[in-house]
Amino acid sequence: MKPDYLHFFIDPSRCIGCQACVQACTECDTHKGESMIHLEFVDRSHSTQTVPVVCMHCEQPTCAEVCPADAIKRTGDGVVQSARKPRCIACGNCVSACPFGVPEVYEDRKIMMKCDMCYDRSSVGKKPMCATVCPSQALFFGTREQIEQLRPRSVPINQFQFGQQTITTQVLVMTPRSLATRTPYVDVTSAMDEAPQNRAVSLKVIAADPFADVEV
Amino acid sequence: MPDGEMNPRAALDPRVNTPGREGLTGTAPASRYSAIRDAEQISIPPDFRPADAQPAWRGDFPIDWPQDQYVERRDFMKFMVLTSFAFVVGQCWVAFESWWRARRAPAVGQRIASVDDLAIGAAIVFDYPAPHDNCVLVRVTAQEFVAYSQKCTHLSCAVIPRPEQGILHCPCHEGVFDLRSGRVLAGPPPRPLPRIALDIRGRDIFATGVESRTS
Repeated sequence: MKPDYLHFFIDPSRCIGCQACVQACTECDTHKGESMIHLEFVDRSHSTQTVPVVCMHCEQPTCAEVCPADAIKRTGDGVVQSARKPRCIACGNCVSACPFGVPEVYEDRKIMMKCDMCYDRSSVGKKPMCATVCPSQALFFGTREQIEQLRPRSVPINQFQFGQQTITTQVLVMTPRSLATRTPYVDVTSAMDEAPQNRAVSLKVIAADPFADVEV
Repeated sequence: MPDGEMNPRAALDPRVNTPGREGLTGTAPASRYSAIRDAEQISIPPDFRPADAQPAWRGDFPIDWPQDQYVERRDFMKFMVLTSFAFVVGQCWVAFESWWRARRAPAVGQRIASVDDLAIGAAIVFDYPAPHDNCVLVRVTAQEFVAYSQKCTHLSCAVIPRPEQGILHCPCHEGVFDLRSGRVLAGPPPRPLPRIALDIRGRDIFATGVESRTS
């Protein structure tokens, strides 16, 4: 049972993309050898900013709502577990439904596996593997008091808007205090509304021949 | 961060391990444990409506692990009673089937030969119950007749009766059956030969049934 006073905080702005969490995740005993954390690039063509994506452990788990095999369960401490092996049919409904893109279907062994907050560790009060190794503490596991002291300018938010769906999660995302007072939720799909940027590449350096005046 | 209606989780009873209340479980007054919701039912439906307003299938397929593992005593008894009832019905059906088979009039039988046709130690081949189902009839003694399907139970070769040795012999793989019982004496056959039930009426020998045996 994960203690109620311990929470998982994600601060994407602190992520430096070092992949330490990805490597540490493979070491976890609940999903040996497979990394369940997604280290996503926000906009790779324009920025090196990365975001670690772990399971948000929703209060209304969409993955479990859409599971036709009744395989995804949530334990009493609010942790959404990986699919029950005898039930999972590897249909991939959860993969399509999850607003955060967390579950993964392993076709070779016909099972869905997802981040379970390192349940063998967090259920006894230890930090998940990723939170133990994160050098910039973009992934933080502790009490609300601790995070308030550490990040006085940020506020944890656990409400997300995904189209018409409002999602409340166990995992909290740190947002700037000024933004959080205006919109106390994060719009997951807001990036989809942005106008696509012109990605045409003009090689101006080549157009003006830099070797024009070089004697051969 | 706003509480109450913004965060339904905040309304939960934080009775276990909250700061300042560690170890209070079971020792604090009951008034401190006023559970707002069932502690084992923490997942909130997407429409945020209370559990009573939810469709019935949510009760059958709960997302919460404790609810999923829970078996009601009534459901367990239902399962036990229905399963027992199914077994009883099955037994009744078996009893009825065996009664029905016994009740069916014994077959008139198929005349094979006359007693006088066979000398002691002689054998004849006949078809029973269908054409091409070869069987062999042997006169063992003056009074004793035996008949078996001629198909060896190993690979269906035709067995050859050897009354002088008291056996039926299958030449394909050296299978040997006892002449009086049809049981396997040697070789690869896994089962005894099917015995043909005989009925001697007057001087005529009739075949009335096939008795398959497993041992």
